Amino acid sequence: MSLARGAGARLEGTGPEPEGLGRFGSFGGRFIPETLVAALEELEREFRAAWGDASFRDELAALLTTYAGRPTPVTECHRLSERLGVRLLLKREDLTHTGSHKINNVLGQALLTQRMGKTRVIAETGAGQHGVATATACALFGLDCTVFMGAVDVERQALNVFRMRLLGAEVVPVHSGSATLKDAINETLRDWVATVEDTHYCVGSVVGPHPFPWIVREFQRVVGDEAREQCREILGGADPDVVVACVGGGSNAMGTFAGFTETGARLVGVEAGGLGLDSGKHGASVARGVPGVLHGARSLYLQDEEGQIKEAHSISAGLDYPGVGPEHAYFAEMGRAEYHNATDDEALEAIRLLSQTEGIIPALEPAHALAWLSAVAGSGVPSGSTVLVTLSGRGDKDAAQVARHFGEGDLE
Amino acid sequence: MRLEAELRAKRDAGRKLLVPYVTGGLGDRWVDVVAALAAAGADAIEVGIPFSDPVMDGPTIQEASQAALEGGVTPQGVVGALADSDAGVPLVVMTYYNPVLHAGHERFAAALAAAGVDGAIVPDLPVDELDGWGDAADAQGVETVLLAAPTTTDGRLAEICARSKGFIYGVSLLGVTGERRALSDMALTMGKRLKEATDLPALLGVGVSTPEQAVEAAAAADGVIVGSALVRRLLDGGGPEEAGAFVATLRAALDRG
Repeated sequence: MSLARGAGARLEGTGPEPEGLGRFGSFGGRFIPETLVAALEELEREFRAAWGDASFRDELAALLTTYAGRPTPVTECHRLSERLGVRLLLKREDLTHTGSHKINNVLGQALLTQRMGKTRVIAETGAGQHGVATATACALFGLDCTVFMGAVDVERQALNVFRMRLLGAEVVPVHSGSATLKDAINETLRDWVATVEDTHYCVGSVVGPHPFPWIVREFQRVVGDEAREQCREILGGADPDVVVACVGGGSNAMGTFAGFTETGARLVGVEAGGLGLDSGKHGASVARGVPGVLHGARSLYLQDEEGQIKEAHSISAGLDYPGVGPEHAYFAEMGRAEYHNATDDEALEAIRLLSQTEGIIPALEPAHALAWLSAVAGSGVPSGSTVLVTLSGRGDKDAAQVARHFGEGDLE
Repeated sequence: MRLEAELRAKRDAGRKLLVPYVTGGLGDRWVDVVAALAAAGADAIEVGIPFSDPVMDGPTIQEASQAALEGGVTPQGVVGALADSDAGVPLVVMTYYNPVLHAGHERFAAALAAAGVDGAIVPDLPVDELDGWGDAADAQGVETVLLAAPTTTDGRLAEICARSKGFIYGVSLLGVTGERRALSDMALTMGKRLKEATDLPALLGVGVSTPEQAVEAAAAADGVIVGSALVRRLLDGGGPEEAGAFVATLRAALDRG
C-alpha cells in the first residue's frame, strides 16, 4: 500500500548507523549471553534490509497513518506561552492510538517479527505504555504476547495491566530486585534466552544490546522528523531554539532529537530528579551515573562503588530506570545534548499547570520536561525563545496516582 | 595455565571432569564449602561473585546472589577470601561484566592472579566483546573460559574455541541456569559439536542437576558443571557437609560411568 504525499505519515528519514559492533563513540555494544548472539545478528540483518526497502517503509507508514493516527499535530500553547514568556509548541504523541509514542516502535518491530517468521513477542514495561503498545500490535498481527512488569509497577499502573490483559497479553509480575523496570528487563532477557528460536524481544526504548538502540531510534525518528517540518511551518521556516523531551531509557527523546541533530536547535533531555539528586532517590543516570554495562550495552548507569546497579526512584514508572540509552550517553559526552532533571513534586505541579492553561493532561513522564522548562523559562531559556516539548503520552494512566498525591483520595 | 593443564591431564587419564559452582559470600561458611567440594572430588571449583542483575541465572542463583549481596559481600571480599583458602584444585570465578569493568580490567585481573584464582567466566561478555578483558586476563595468566550455546553457528564456535582458555563451557540447553527434570536433547548435540571443534576440555553446564544427568552429559563431553542443584542445598540450610556429600555422589556416579 502506498500513500500520496502529504496524506499521512511519511517515513523518509534515516539516521547514522552506529559504528562497529553497535558503537556510539565508546557507548553501546552487544554484551549479552552467547545464546542470544545469533538472534541479534538475524535482527540486524532483517532491520537493515527492511529499512532500506521502500515497500517496508510504505507498509509501516500506512499502519502509522490508518491505525496509529499519525502524523500527530504540533500544538501551539498560547496561554502557557504567555505565562512562561516563551513560545511553546507541543509535539502531541499523547494523541496516538494507545496514548503514547511507544506505538511507533512497536508497529515497526511487529512487522520485523513477521518478516523473521517468529510467532511470539515478549516485552518489558515500566509505566505499562510499551506493554500496552506491544499487546496492541500483537493483537493486530495475531502474535502471542507476554509482558514482564515489575511487581511495584503492576501496583501503581493497574489500569495498564488491565488493558494489556484485555488485549490478550499475559502479564508476568517480576518480584526480583527492585521489582521495577530494570528487573522486568532482566526477566525478559531470561525468557528470551530460553525461547529465542520462535520469540522476538520487542525492546521498548533505545536501550539494550545492538541493534536495539539503533532500531528503536529509527522507528521513533518519525516524531522528530514530523515535528521539524511542522515547526518550520509554524515558525516561518525556522527551527525551534530549544527542543526538550523527558528521558528514562530515552526513546521519545532520541526519536525527537533525531529530527533535529542537523539543525541548530539546543537539545535538552530531562531526567527524573525523584526526591532530589542529593537524596540518592532519583533516576538521573546522565547526571549521576558512571560508565558501565547493563542489559547489553555500555552506557551511563547508577551504581555503587563495587559496580552493583542501584535502584532508581521516580514517581513516574516510565522514568524509573537506573540507566540511559547509549546514544544519549554519547550525546552527553559530545555535548550535542544537555541533560537536566525535574523532581517528583515539580512534575506533579507541571501536570496541573498544563491541564489548567491548555486543557491537556500530560502523563507524568513528559510532565518532567514541562517542569524543567517552567523552572528555567526566562533564565536558562531566555524569554522569547521558541521551545518544542515532546508530549510523549497522555495522563489517563496516572490519574489514580496523581489524585492521591493531590490529596483527592482514592479514585478506585 | 594451571586450569587447562590440570583438566587436560585428568581427562587424558580417563577421568570425567566435575566442576561444581558455589555463590561466593552465601552464608558464613562458604569458604569451607569450597574446601569440602575439593575434598569430595571436584576437579575445579567455580565461585560466583554476586552481581545485582544476573541475567543468565535462574531463580536459585538469583536468590543466592541477592542473599549474599544483602549479607554485604563484595567482589574484593570474595577474591580476598579465596586468596586465604587452599582448596588444592583450580579456582574459577564467575561474574558479570559490570563489576569487572567497574574495577578496571587490569586491576581485576591482577587481583585474581594475586589471589591464586586460575580462571574467569563472564557470561555477558561474548567473544566479539572480549578484547579489553581478555588481553588483561591473558597478561596476568588468568584463563578466560568462553561459553558456546546451542544457537552458536559453526563459524562462531570455531572462533570461540580458538579464544577460550582453561576449558570450553557448553550451554546444554536454551535457557538460564537452574535445575531441570531431564537433560535436554540439546546437551548431547552440544557435547558432540564441542568435541569435534576443539581439543580443549569440553564441559557441559546449565540444567545438569542430578548424578544421572551428569553421567549422561559427561558421556557426550569431557565433564559437567553443576550449580543450581548444589546452591539450592545451601539455600535450604545445608553446609559444607551436605555440599560435600552431594558432590561425592556426583563424583561416584561419574567414576562408575
